[in-house]
Amino acid sequence: MHPAYSVIFFTVASGAGLGLLAFMGLGAASVGAQPMPFLLTAFGLAFALTVGGLLSSTFHLGHPERAWRAFSQWRSSWLSREGVFAVVTLVIGAIFAALWTFLDLSSAILGIVTAILALITVWATGMIYAQIKAVDLWHRLLTPVCYLLFSIAGGTTLFLFLHALFTDKQEPVWELSSVAMVALLIAWVVKVFWWLGGDKAPTSTPESATGLGHLGKVRLLEKPHTGSNYLQKEMGFHIARKHAKRLRLIAIMLGAVLPILLILLAIPAPFDAFWLGLAVVSHLAGMLVERWLFFAEARHAVMTYY
Amino acid sequence: MTQLPETTDRKLGLVIDLDTCVGCHACVISCKEWNTGGYGAPLADTDAYGDDPSGTFLNRVHTFEVKPENKPAMVTHFPKSCLHCEDAPCVTVCPTGASFKRSEDGIVLVHEDHCIGCGLCAWACPYGAREMDAVEKVMKKCTLCVDRIYNENIPEEDRTPSCVRTCPAGARHFGDLGDPDSDVSRLVADRGGFDLMPEQGTKPVNKYLPPRPKQQSLDEPVNLAALAEPKASGFLGWLDGALERLG
Repeated sequence: MHPAYSVIFFTVASGAGLGLLAFMGLGAASVGAQPMPFLLTAFGLAFALTVGGLLSSTFHLGHPERAWRAFSQWRSSWLSREGVFAVVTLVIGAIFAALWTFLDLSSAILGIVTAILALITVWATGMIYAQIKAVDLWHRLLTPVCYLLFSIAGGTTLFLFLHALFTDKQEPVWELSSVAMVALLIAWVVKVFWWLGGDKAPTSTPESATGLGHLGKVRLLEKPHTGSNYLQKEMGFHIARKHAKRLRLIAIMLGAVLPILLILLAIPAPFDAFWLGLAVVSHLAGMLVERWLFFAEARHAVMTYY
Repeated sequence: MTQLPETTDRKLGLVIDLDTCVGCHACVISCKEWNTGGYGAPLADTDAYGDDPSGTFLNRVHTFEVKPENKPAMVTHFPKSCLHCEDAPCVTVCPTGASFKRSEDGIVLVHEDHCIGCGLCAWACPYGAREMDAVEKVMKKCTLCVDRIYNENIPEEDRTPSCVRTCPAGARHFGDLGDPDSDVSRLVADRGGFDLMPEQGTKPVNKYLPPRPKQQSLDEPVNLAALAEPKASGFLGWLDGALERLG
């Protein structure tokens, strides 16, 4: 499948933003009052990433001016559901954030509701791809699970970095660091299983696509046209597959191994935000590679006709 | 409304005969001609006379080679357009309600004024029946010539999809596949009509008829060049043989 940069940026940015918002929501129940600059930065970053991602996703639309219509078909369409959940999450999350930041009211109930809504939104993003039966690689329950786990891992790592940036405690933060490392580890281990499970024989073949398999082996003799077409540009993307193995390794190194090492490096006092900042950047870079591969590696059933 | 109707009153669709199709592409051209001026936005071409021509088509003819084991390969021309599936995955994924399946006749259509051009329906279709128009930025697909089949302003014999009307080989048939007594349903029953990619679970309405079995199977291809060798008879034949024998 053709990897559209706007969609790659959207899924990575909004995934991390919603993950951070979910972590803030769950944190409200336990941590209570926090310094205002921390809350402003954390919520600001969470909303900027989420809203920025959502806006960038409209760039690949043919008619962005009609995007409001996409909220209407939530009964059947995961794309519509994602839009609805994103807006509800942002509205309730904004009330929750404003109460905590400006009035020092950290409502545990609002926080938990925000967290659940944020994670449902991420699940819906994953389901947009998982619902497409014509793409074997995506059409699995593990697809939205990966989206969810990456969002949690990204949000936790971001939270850890912001926490370090705004607290001058000179002691190690083992608990929070461990949570981030475990979240990163689980997400990438599941992703490796996703990759391994995806390397299998395709559901549809030229034989089933033409219904001529009972007669013999089917191969394309002549394309329907001399030029290319929309279908080939959109679904027939081959460039990545040559380097897929190497790119997967790069994604794991940048997304998991390096951030975990950097978090370990930052644990001993003085607790250092610099290394954690690097961990966030490295993780997001790994996520961009992972998301690019997510599209580029996916084979669409229609390509059996080409 | 992107929820699919539970049942449709009729199941209008096409039956395509892979035995008869000669691969002339007339259906492709007549489809483009009718639909570029018919329902919805025109079907744009980009760089039509340049190095990289590309265009929107609702119907395309592929050509496949089928190679049976131990037999010569055969060529099958393969027209492909929207199959108007009963479980159309392109409809349910649409976030705006622009894609819909009509409950009266089962035709799958796009309300182009509501289409945001997200392309998700084209991803959802395993057959490649939907193409985004490069100029209008809305999704285009076969309408089963909805603006012909009910059109009382044109002669009755023309009230059939443009591709069916134009096919010089009679390889395309149009009718109600929901009615077991219709011509198309009987054709499907007689000839063993089949679904494309049944494993995708889309329940296509359009059916394909398989190529008929070849009348004789040739184990060894005949050497046609040898048949064209001139054979002399009479005196010249004797002379020919005698000279052969002399070496």
